[in-house]
Amino acid sequence: MTDIIQPDSFEFTTDMLSEANKIIARYPEGRQASAVMPLLDLAQRQNDGWLPRAAMDHVADILGMPKIRVYEVATFYTMYNLQPVGEHVVQVCTTTPCALRGAEKVLHTIKTELGVETGGTTSDGKFTVLEVECLGACVNAPMIQIDDDYYEDLDELSTKKVLDSFKKGEKPAPGPQNGRTGSEPKGGPTVLTGNI
Amino acid sequence: MLKDQDRIFTNLYGNQGWELDAAQARGDWDGTKALISKGRHWICEEIKASGLRGRGGAGFSTGLKWSFMPKEPTGRMHYLVVNADEGEPGTCKDRDMMRNEPHKLVEGCLLAGAGMGANAAYIYIRGEFYREAEHLQAAIDQAYEAGLIGKNACGSGFVFDVYLHRGAGAYICGEEMALIESLEGKKGQPRLKPPFPAAMGLYGCPTTVNNVETIAVVPTILRRGASWFSAFGRENNTGTKVFCISGHVNNPCNVEEEMSIPLRELIERHAGGVQGGWENLKAIIPGGSSVPMLPKSICDNVLMDYDSLREQQSGLGTAAVIVMDKSTDLIAAIARLSKFYKHESCGQCTPCREGTGWMWRVMERLVTGDAEINEIDSLLEVSKQIEGHTICALGDAAAWPIQGLMRHFRNEVEERILSKNKVTPAAA
Ligand code: FES
Repeated sequence: MTDIIQPDSFEFTTDMLSEANKIIARYPEGRQASAVMPLLDLAQRQNDGWLPRAAMDHVADILGMPKIRVYEVATFYTMYNLQPVGEHVVQVCTTTPCALRGAEKVLHTIKTELGVETGGTTSDGKFTVLEVECLGACVNAPMIQIDDDYYEDLDELSTKKVLDSFKKGEKPAPGPQNGRTGSEPKGGPTVLTGNI
Repeated sequence: MLKDQDRIFTNLYGNQGWELDAAQARGDWDGTKALISKGRHWICEEIKASGLRGRGGAGFSTGLKWSFMPKEPTGRMHYLVVNADEGEPGTCKDRDMMRNEPHKLVEGCLLAGAGMGANAAYIYIRGEFYREAEHLQAAIDQAYEAGLIGKNACGSGFVFDVYLHRGAGAYICGEEMALIESLEGKKGQPRLKPPFPAAMGLYGCPTTVNNVETIAVVPTILRRGASWFSAFGRENNTGTKVFCISGHVNNPCNVEEEMSIPLRELIERHAGGVQGGWENLKAIIPGGSSVPMLPKSICDNVLMDYDSLREQQSGLGTAAVIVMDKSTDLIAAIARLSKFYKHESCGQCTPCREGTGWMWRVMERLVTGDAEINEIDSLLEVSKQIEGHTICALGDAAAWPIQGLMRHFRNEVEERILSKNKVTPAAA
């Protein structure tokens, strides 16, 4: 692993701080540690998608938690990136239901198109590619997540199309890429056809 | 086949709006106040009578679970925690409910809360479901604004708050004690039971953890009556159920059907059949990745419910049907699941932490045939050592898929080892 340059300090912006306070208010008095996960997420969003040590310390300060407890949480959950990531994080699901429908091909397409291996970031800093476990969209397999959105029902061609749009700085419409709108069978639902 | 007018999730596919007005047009939040005013006992008894069993995998009677909560106020908060950490491979039904029918879940929280004597609900949604969380939070905000939840929920005098909590990526948080730990701001590591959550759960307070679907069906059951719900399915396996059909079918989909529907009918009616036809079927994992697979011969006739699948040494689990046709390398399919469980083990219990990795490594060698025949027995032996010897069920979940493979397809595993040994010249 290359050395990570850790910023010396981190502080929430005013907007983020008010968002953080809204979240803290969801938990009872004295239980503000419950807000640690959502606050780490806010910090990561403010810091270009990764969590430096200073951000964890800042969250610990706000919540009155020992720093070590915050580090424990930050290292336990997979959604916290502890090192810098590309502008877009591409997460490829390769668990069995996706694998049965061609996840390997999707992964291969992504690696070839972007020229990186799993875990790597493109040299222009635009994309980081990660292989992940079931994202809970298995009837729309194979699928990937890019940033906050799911791209589903992929094949090699549509995967390439989605990546091309991102490369051009566009954001393609998320969801199924084969004409479906949701989890209904392709070609139209077998039930609820009268749309009652 | 279940008739459309008997489906609970009429917007499962999201072709209508998910917001409050659209939800109300579908019948959500209709007469909620009157239902609350019937009282805790009535609500709980009605749910018991409906036969509803937990939709998250364990299949425990929902009404009975609620009745374990303290009968009287204890001076502490009492909590409902909704497990929306959907992540069992194959399963993607809660996602549809949260993005397309979030008001069913919010109203369900209120009514379930009234039925178990809880004062607040936390919905723990997996972090990756960012867009689903947006809909759910907006639905919660709409419900507060309309006075449906909060200080005087639906004008009933009942005080009930609903909060959303986003996770951050950890399958183990789908385990109820790990979920509670995580909600308290800690690593998601399961706690030993007892004490059970109904006595000491979130923040040390009485707590019931229920799956999204379990809670989201409550309002409709109460409105239409226990006997309406219990008329579907077989005795002890009642109601409607959302099934997720993935893998080698022509049209993978989610669909709400009657419990106890034959597996073959479910697939042929809704998922366009098995790719290449029913005769091309090899095996099915009928209830999410952790339940043992079934060979075609059993799939021919088996019914999709708790008892019938248990009789076949498998389970309904989350009702996520993973279909594998004859082109499937079953050993590789299961090896991939072994990798999943190894990745998701929280590392707390030695048998699981060490065992999941060990099993995965053996499975990888079985995929290539680089193994000895007697390793199959040691693998099964180790799987038995893990099963039942850990704090939570992740150890069992890691063991069962392998046991299912060996129970029905041991000959294929053996053949692969034998043919590998045949073609590889012995080392000089
Ligand atoms: S296996 Fe890929 S979304 Fe479930």
